[in-house]
Amino acid sequence: MSAGWVLNSVLAVLVLGVAGAIIAVRTLFAAVVGFVVLGLLLAIVWVRLAAVDVALTEAAIGSGVTGAVLIAAASRLRATEKVSVAEQPGPALRVGAGILSALVAAGLAALVVFAADPAPSLAPAAVAHLVELGVGNPVTAVLLAYRGIDTLLEKMVLLLALLGVWSLAPDMVWGGAPEVSAGAVDGGALALLGRVLPPVGIVVGVYVLWVGATDPGGAFQGGAVIASMWILALMAGLLPAPAIRARWVRRALVAGPAVFLAVGMAGFAWPGGFLSYPAGYAKPLIVAIEAALTFSVVIVLGLLAAGPPHHGPGR
Amino acid sequence: MLFGLVGAALVGLGLFGVVVHPHPLRKILAFNLLGGGVFLLFGVIARRGAAAGLEGDPVPQALVITGIVVAFSATALAVALVRRLFQVMDGADR
Repeated sequence: MSAGWVLNSVLAVLVLGVAGAIIAVRTLFAAVVGFVVLGLLLAIVWVRLAAVDVALTEAAIGSGVTGAVLIAAASRLRATEKVSVAEQPGPALRVGAGILSALVAAGLAALVVFAADPAPSLAPAAVAHLVELGVGNPVTAVLLAYRGIDTLLEKMVLLLALLGVWSLAPDMVWGGAPEVSAGAVDGGALALLGRVLPPVGIVVGVYVLWVGATDPGGAFQGGAVIASMWILALMAGLLPAPAIRARWVRRALVAGPAVFLAVGMAGFAWPGGFLSYPAGYAKPLIVAIEAALTFSVVIVLGLLAAGPPHHGPGR
Repeated sequence: MLFGLVGAALVGLGLFGVVVHPHPLRKILAFNLLGGGVFLLFGVIARRGAAAGLEGDPVPQALVITGIVVAFSATALAVALVRRLFQVMDGADR
């Protein structure tokens, strides 16, 4: 029984306890707070699973930015809770759902317990070409070289989601700015944090982006950290949210995917294939794509969190 | 393996929540719980695939990173839809 085993057990109990609380608590707001706590606990679990890149993403996006969206929604939708209490399902449905969910969980648990041995692994294949790429972090190599197309499409998903959110705005406010400010009291905790944290957070975010080539870190992780600083300043009312029809917003959103796509297309000419990097230039190209992506990730995450436009462009 | 069982339990809990909670925002939370469980299962698979001097298979790890980002964008869209739904339902400004 090592210390690591004890830590893992405590973490497992905490994760299960918080997850149970998210499902069981009565109020919406308590459930959302539980979700943010769960995200941070999961980030520690990811470190224990030797996946520091995932831990950074989980803490910044899974817990941080998602938490901001959910808390804002929960505080605005508080009045709708009473309506839905009347729609509680009866005991028969609850028991049935419980049994079926337990069966699914048991099936997955059986897969974990009786997993294939030896475990299949692509790690040797991922390591084999790291030297040619000049990238030291195998996760970054997978994201931007071996499976670059996944990452490109993921960027498109972010843009599509943002288009979806924007299109929910009523016609008369199209092109206007979202309403984010949480009505922070000047001199309150939010206003103070909104001033103190961003300078530090932006430096941390750029650092995380830069070390991503060799150590845990990268475009999303760094972008998410910077984006949360922007969201913080927006929520504290220190910065106005930009109008979605502003030209710089549109250009910033497209910049990252455009650079990625341009490099991908250039691969057809040399060395001959979509998203293949010419020998010797892989690392500079990957770093350039990551820098452009980070910029767009910041804007897209911030605007996704800000939601649809709230008042018209005229104001 | 311990965290694999936790992942399986999260999937079960999340599935239960999606079915029994009437409020759409609670359903979104439960769905994210379900997703978190799936990611955790990937994490355990990655950890088992430790080889070639790495402590985990980087391919499932990269898939999870992509998954977390996509899950966030789906959540943001779903939350915006729910807010708009209640806005249209009672005509009040939310």
